[in-house]
Amino acid sequence: MSDVKSFFDTPAPAHLTGIKAWLLTHDHKRLAIMYLWAVMFWFTVAIILGLLIRIELMSIGPTIMGAKLYNSAFTLHGVIMIFLFIIPAIPAIFGNFILPIQLGADDVFFPRLNLLSWYLYMLGGLLAIVSLFTGGGFPDTGWTFYVPFSVTTNHSVPLTLTAAFILGMSSMLTGLNFITTVHRMRVKEMGWMQIPLFTWSLYATGWVQLLATPVISITLLLVIFERAFGIGLFDPDKGGDPVLYQHLFWMYSHPVVYVMILPGMGIISEVIPTFSRKAIFGYKAIVWSSMGIAVAGSLVWAHHMYTSGISDTAVFIFSLLTYLVAIPTAIKVFSWVATLYKASIEMTPPLLYALIFIYLFTVGGLTGLVIGAAGTNIHVHDTQFIVAHFHFTMFGGAGFAFFAGLHFWWPKMFGVMYNIKKAYIAATLITVGFMFHYVPMFVLGMMGMPRRYFDYLPQFAQGNALAGIGGIIMVIGLLLMLYNLVMSLREKVVAPENPWGGVTLEWSVPSPPPVHNFVTAPSVKDYPYDFSEVLKKAAQS
Amino acid sequence: MSKDSSIQHMMSYKQLALVLISLLILTGVTVGVSYVHMGIFNVPIALGIACFKVSLVLLFFMHLKYESIAIKVSFLSTVGFLAIMISFTFWDVAYR
Ligand code: HEM
Repeated sequence: MSDVKSFFDTPAPAHLTGIKAWLLTHDHKRLAIMYLWAVMFWFTVAIILGLLIRIELMSIGPTIMGAKLYNSAFTLHGVIMIFLFIIPAIPAIFGNFILPIQLGADDVFFPRLNLLSWYLYMLGGLLAIVSLFTGGGFPDTGWTFYVPFSVTTNHSVPLTLTAAFILGMSSMLTGLNFITTVHRMRVKEMGWMQIPLFTWSLYATGWVQLLATPVISITLLLVIFERAFGIGLFDPDKGGDPVLYQHLFWMYSHPVVYVMILPGMGIISEVIPTFSRKAIFGYKAIVWSSMGIAVAGSLVWAHHMYTSGISDTAVFIFSLLTYLVAIPTAIKVFSWVATLYKASIEMTPPLLYALIFIYLFTVGGLTGLVIGAAGTNIHVHDTQFIVAHFHFTMFGGAGFAFFAGLHFWWPKMFGVMYNIKKAYIAATLITVGFMFHYVPMFVLGMMGMPRRYFDYLPQFAQGNALAGIGGIIMVIGLLLMLYNLVMSLREKVVAPENPWGGVTLEWSVPSPPPVHNFVTAPSVKDYPYDFSEVLKKAAQS
Repeated sequence: MSKDSSIQHMMSYKQLALVLISLLILTGVTVGVSYVHMGIFNVPIALGIACFKVSLVLLFFMHLKYESIAIKVSFLSTVGFLAIMISFTFWDVAYR
């Protein structure tokens, strides 16, 4: 650690002390840390729920819970994982911490709005808890809240919807803040094509957040109104259309998978060149593919609805568009692999997570083509195949990218280094467990085992037992990873300013950074991934 | 990045009044054409006038005319996005 006072020791605004220095802070870095703890709390809760679901499925018949409780368990697991973990995780934590620094700025454009976003996030989480203990029982609709069930069930749905509504608002304001910060707070010398790729990906994400989130907000409100007043929007008897709900829901919820994955891709685009000591292959291609994914990804929502009775024309068009999204995604994967080619690679925990990301995400993406095609989709719709596919993309993709980011920027955020060996062991356990957990689910889905069922036929027993063992190994790995990170705060092995040899601006400031981020004025490179100086230094030492 | 786009643009009362009067006249026109029967053109014409009025409000009252290109592109992309969402949904309903 350097002799500059870090943001941990300098409240902003300056007159605040004690807990107020946190709860009323305007500092993007403090807010990032506050998000970190809140998100980690929810992540742990949802992991435990996931484990409970998995243990229930390990043997035939009610093992640890019955059908009703199972419905609530997967609903809560899904809602928490989506709205409280994977959507906010990367933008709210690393976006808040790193984006302003990568732009050479001292904060985001609207620091107070940033604080409000955090409070909205906490309020949404709190409401989600309250919704458990009010109304007619735990929410049980699945994270998708499909009508007509969500309108007719007597379980506590409106409050859960309100929670999701508020969480959406928080996410939207964060997106707005990032877009504005990128436009208005960049240091003068930094042109658009000198912006680091992580920040670029958050910029693209910000647009999706801003444009798509209002749709879900309105949709969730409509369900609440429908329950309260029986307007009949989604009720054919009154001239409504239940499929309209699905359109509205997926108009947001599909783009939102890009809110999850784009920032993840941004992290990977930072980690790979750093540990390859090599300029990233196809910088511009990655930038444009981010924007391309943001646009194309917003136009494919109805591929979740092939079996819902939408018209064949719509199925055809949406299937075609779905295939088009694969192109910008493949461009990125190609660029990462090409960056690694003939590079002087240094293996570290963040790079290991990034490499696993590429593998798992590619499997997730390719199985996406299986279900993006209207024909094969009919066969596996609503089966365990789907569950395996979206865990490969959301968990193997966005989740692993998040883990890579955690291990990459942890020394920057806290000024301490975690135990590298434990980090490797955790990564290995998670990955091995992951494969044993989700690969059998692909097979089970192909065999016809539906999702969201607490029980199954004897022919599915072997696969579920295997998946159970995988699930347990995976959770042990996840807990070890979290434990290792938390313990680093106690063991306090000091991390240098630039432990990895990174070249973007966050590596030129002390770890942890001072309150205004920069000690000397940031100097912007012509090209953001120029490693010549790092290599020169390495050659000298 | 330059921060000089924060300069305020002031509109004179005369200009504002002119916009207001055009809006009022167009409201009158909307009411007027509703009495004329033009078959399938009824709705497009009413919508056309409404769009024109909205554009006046956005451009002058909401200052879009004097904003930087980034704000204009942002605004147009939201409109485009909305148009796409509505039209794509119609593909489903229209061909069902
Ligand atoms: C980043 C991590 C994760 C994300 C984003 C995630 C997300 C989700 C979502 C959205 C669902 C669908 C819920 C529904 O049908 O309404 C789901 C289901 C499921 N999750 Fe996860 N999950 C994650 C990690 C885990 C973990 C760690 C486990 C187990 C140890 C797990 C086990 C399951 C199982 C077994 C189901 C299927 C329930 C069923 O359809 O019967 N997930 N997950």
